Amino acid sequence: MKGQFRRSVAGQRPWLGVLLLTAVLLLVPFVAGLGGQAWVRIANFAILYVFLALGLNIVVGYAGLLDLGYVAFYAVGAYTYALLASPHFGIHLPFWVILPLGAGLACMFGVLLGAPTLKLRGDYLAIVTLGFGEIVRIFMNNLNAPVNITNGAQGITLIDPIRIGDFSFSQSGTIFGITLSGPQKYYFLLVVLALLVIVVNVRLQNSRIGRSWQAIREDEVAAKACGINTRNIKLLAFAMGASFGGIAGGVFAAMQGFVSPESFSLMESITILSMVVLGGMGHIPGVILGAVLLTGLPEVLRYGIEPLQRAVFGRMIVDPESLRMLVFGLALVLVMRFRPAGLWPSSQRLRELAETAD
Amino acid sequence: MSEQPLLLEAHEVAKHFGGVKALQDVSLTIRRGEIYGLIGPNGAGKTTFFNCLTGLYKNESGHFVFDGVRLEADAPHKAAAVGIARTFQNIRLFGNMTAIENVMVGRHLRTRAGVLGAITRNAATRAEEAAITRRAEELLHYVGIHERAHDYAKHLSYGDQRRLEIARALATEPKLLALDEPAAGMNGTETEALRVLVEGICRDGVTVLLIEHDVKLVMGLCRRVAVFDYGEKICEDVPAVVQKDPRVIEAYLGGSVA
Repeated sequence: MKGQFRRSVAGQRPWLGVLLLTAVLLLVPFVAGLGGQAWVRIANFAILYVFLALGLNIVVGYAGLLDLGYVAFYAVGAYTYALLASPHFGIHLPFWVILPLGAGLACMFGVLLGAPTLKLRGDYLAIVTLGFGEIVRIFMNNLNAPVNITNGAQGITLIDPIRIGDFSFSQSGTIFGITLSGPQKYYFLLVVLALLVIVVNVRLQNSRIGRSWQAIREDEVAAKACGINTRNIKLLAFAMGASFGGIAGGVFAAMQGFVSPESFSLMESITILSMVVLGGMGHIPGVILGAVLLTGLPEVLRYGIEPLQRAVFGRMIVDPESLRMLVFGLALVLVMRFRPAGLWPSSQRLRELAETAD
Repeated sequence: MSEQPLLLEAHEVAKHFGGVKALQDVSLTIRRGEIYGLIGPNGAGKTTFFNCLTGLYKNESGHFVFDGVRLEADAPHKAAAVGIARTFQNIRLFGNMTAIENVMVGRHLRTRAGVLGAITRNAATRAEEAAITRRAEELLHYVGIHERAHDYAKHLSYGDQRRLEIARALATEPKLLALDEPAAGMNGTETEALRVLVEGICRDGVTVLLIEHDVKLVMGLCRRVAVFDYGEKICEDVPAVVQKDPRVIEAYLGGSVA
């Protein structure tokens, strides 16, 4: 009986797969470390984006609300951490105070944005959220006068790393006889966080709330007639997604030690949304794949194109940075053309698309 | 019948769309435990009446009293919460959800689990989830489509979709079930099965408000019938009387007496 109605639940996978995945996850930072700590950082960012994308997945994939300003919540989380754990104000609160606080603040901003706008649908909601994302970024950019709060475009530096007692995540150290670099430590922290958000995603999907989101996505009028308070339930999705954005922002600030408004551009929102859409909206493995690919591939290109050009042509012809965006764009177009439901879609989304094609 | 208390009172409900008077001061009363029919030509305002009642539209004037309490039905979910469930003329199921999931959505209103419950999956949430599933299965049995429980709603046959919509509405534990043309597009056998189902629902204590074009079905099922024409209630009585009313005949046949 139990679980009879669940579709695509990770728990149905054989244990072999879980073991294999654990082994891979454990080995990644060490293998990446062989190529230098830069690669470990890239792996870290891949997982941070998995976290962000899965947070956005709740809003876009489950509740079907197109949010183009997701990065605003990421920014709120990051700045909360930066302001409360840096010499900027001379406040140094521990991470376990700031991360929940950042999540809470981001959640509040989510509700603040959502409450008046969630009557809007589709394109209109997208425009409003896009505007909100920009407003937050511009505020961060300009809140340095008359009172210097965010330090403007220079950003905030020397942010405290995440620290548990004497155990600092930014310095290398030895645990259980294994020497870990700072980024490698963060890697494991991020994996734990990512697993957490995966569990939340899976469990929400197969719950009363998850069904309501799906119902709203399918037919909002019918959902209302079934007694679902659609505004509140949509707001809930928005707030949940925002909270995860806030947590991710906090970890980002701690990991980088530096935040500036530049990191929270519209491009960032679009990248995160692309991860969700490209991977397969509403499908957790798909979203993870999307996040890893869209973080990893550009880096591989960045590091691969230059030596390749030198080997083939003997000199640099195309700037790797511009080529990177070109390939990125082309990949997006190709995926949308040939796999419109995403690289690894849920059976659900495939059906929905089949329906619109009819 | 008349000793039964009133369940729904509509007091001079009016709704305009621009210059079109979709409903003009419609008043009617429905008693607990009856099957009340609403008939009339296309565009007479029957569905508009439903939409005002269930909070999809806001009526310009007039009000409803439901179960002794004045309805402030400015939102459909509130109407559902006080015990008015409905189906739609053009079936509105959650097509990409299975039949049983559709009914489970209907349980939303009468269950509590929130985000924390969903994430922690504590004992109370698991018990509630099991109860939701059990009730949904019972309801699918009740309307007779339990074999299709795990099929996607959009893959069900037309008649089964109508039944599923009724099951979903019943899942909200309504006092009043408002059915908007449930027999539309059904053949004779299906209509007869529907008649049996609706009678059963009424017998089990749910009052039924029925919009229907199938005159035979309405006359067979309903204790009382109201006839709408151009947004006005032109007649309200037992089926046998309504059938012979000259105003009704005129509304349907345009003056030429059959």
